[in-house]
Amino acid sequence: MKVTIVDYNSGNISSVINSFKEVAKNKVNIEVTSDPNKIKLSDKVVLPGQGSFKSCVEALNNIYGLSDVLNEFAIINKKPLLGICVGLQMFADVGFEETETKGLGWISGKVSKIDNQDGKFKLPHIGWNQINIVKDSKIFKHIDNNSHMYFVHSYEFVPNDKNVISATTDYSSNIVCSVEKENIFGTQFHPEKSDKIGLKIIYNFINL
Amino acid sequence: MLKNRIIPCLDVKNGRVVKGINFVDLKDAGDPVEQAKIYSDGGADEICFLDITASNENRDIIYDVVEKTSRKCFVPLTVGGGIRSIEDINKLLNCGADKVSINTAAVENSKVVIDSSKKFGAQCIVVAIDAKKKGDKWEVFTHGGRNNSGIDALEYAKQMEQNGAGELLVTSMDRDGTQLGYDIKLMSKISSKVNIPVIASGGVGNLDHLVDGIKFGNASAVLAASIFHYGKHSVQEAKEYLDSKGIPVRI
Repeated sequence: MKVTIVDYNSGNISSVINSFKEVAKNKVNIEVTSDPNKIKLSDKVVLPGQGSFKSCVEALNNIYGLSDVLNEFAIINKKPLLGICVGLQMFADVGFEETETKGLGWISGKVSKIDNQDGKFKLPHIGWNQINIVKDSKIFKHIDNNSHMYFVHSYEFVPNDKNVISATTDYSSNIVCSVEKENIFGTQFHPEKSDKIGLKIIYNFINL
Repeated sequence: MLKNRIIPCLDVKNGRVVKGINFVDLKDAGDPVEQAKIYSDGGADEICFLDITASNENRDIIYDVVEKTSRKCFVPLTVGGGIRSIEDINKLLNCGADKVSINTAAVENSKVVIDSSKKFGAQCIVVAIDAKKKGDKWEVFTHGGRNNSGIDALEYAKQMEQNGAGELLVTSMDRDGTQLGYDIKLMSKISSKVNIPVIASGGVGNLDHLVDGIKFGNASAVLAASIFHYGKHSVQEAKEYLDSKGIPVRI
């Protein structure tokens, strides 16, 4: 089996690579590439993302053929894909960080700034917060409700169809922190930085 | 609910831990990778390396240390000390650091913070402020506390937030190394001045100081070095103590 981590200049992905390699233990081939032809031949794809919604979408669009091949992979061929942080946010139709930017449009909804309630809540939302699992998700196998995950973000994904939400976290309001729509998975938190419990989520995804 | 973070800090010089945990079963007490692993296994919410290497020829050793650590620790890793440029930041992030902490360079050249925050995202840019009390104000010091910039720490904190810092690591130079506790006034003033998280540092001598930093200093996270060294307190003990005082922590 081959799992591909998409390297599209979206910021620092070393931690994502390290964690997947740790979990894969040489049994699963972890490839890091932006080559659309290699992505096409993968069994699973991981779409990381750091920085702003706008910069990630632009970086993705800067690589010729990348968004088309991801679309073919996830939407037409319905193969498993995991978006992390801004990788998840890009599933939306539109994002409002820096300026209005079109997303991949895989899960209908928008990405907007977390309401800090006039400074009552510091942004970015940085640190360990508990997840409230609201729906069975294949990546939450053997993950207890209220587990702690590591977050760092100022924007939240607001999907139109609430049925895609698999977990929320409480910060200012109930923020969507995990989604599952058929073969598409996403986490707002960073499983690669969430200690053993985070590695378990990566294990679950690799072993889908 | 978001938990307050406990961040053990390791001083690293020429690739070796200067002070550290002194456990009998430790194979190599000076190995930062092994020490970081002990902290992360013990429940540290983040790990911080402060590189205090003085000589230029040994400056690259930290990259190797970060690379090895990031392959073993799966909690956030912050690296500070001697960062001068975007290129330094890029190298550390590529080696597996999740955040970098910028001190002197942020004072000397505001573009370093502005540009790196734009390029890598605010989430990985921590600005470290070394502040010393002068009258009823605090002034920002650079070069490991040797030079007084004369800049007002509160104004500077606000400026760094505007420049794109994701967090502020605030160290009281008056308290650092004294074990008398954080400068609570400094922490709470900066924390109320900015809308980004503040990490309190400098002066922790006992577990109550950690409680005070969060309760009265309004810090989102507390950083400490020496109380975790030589096994005086474990991170787990610190967390259980904070929990007993009603402070939300990840246990």
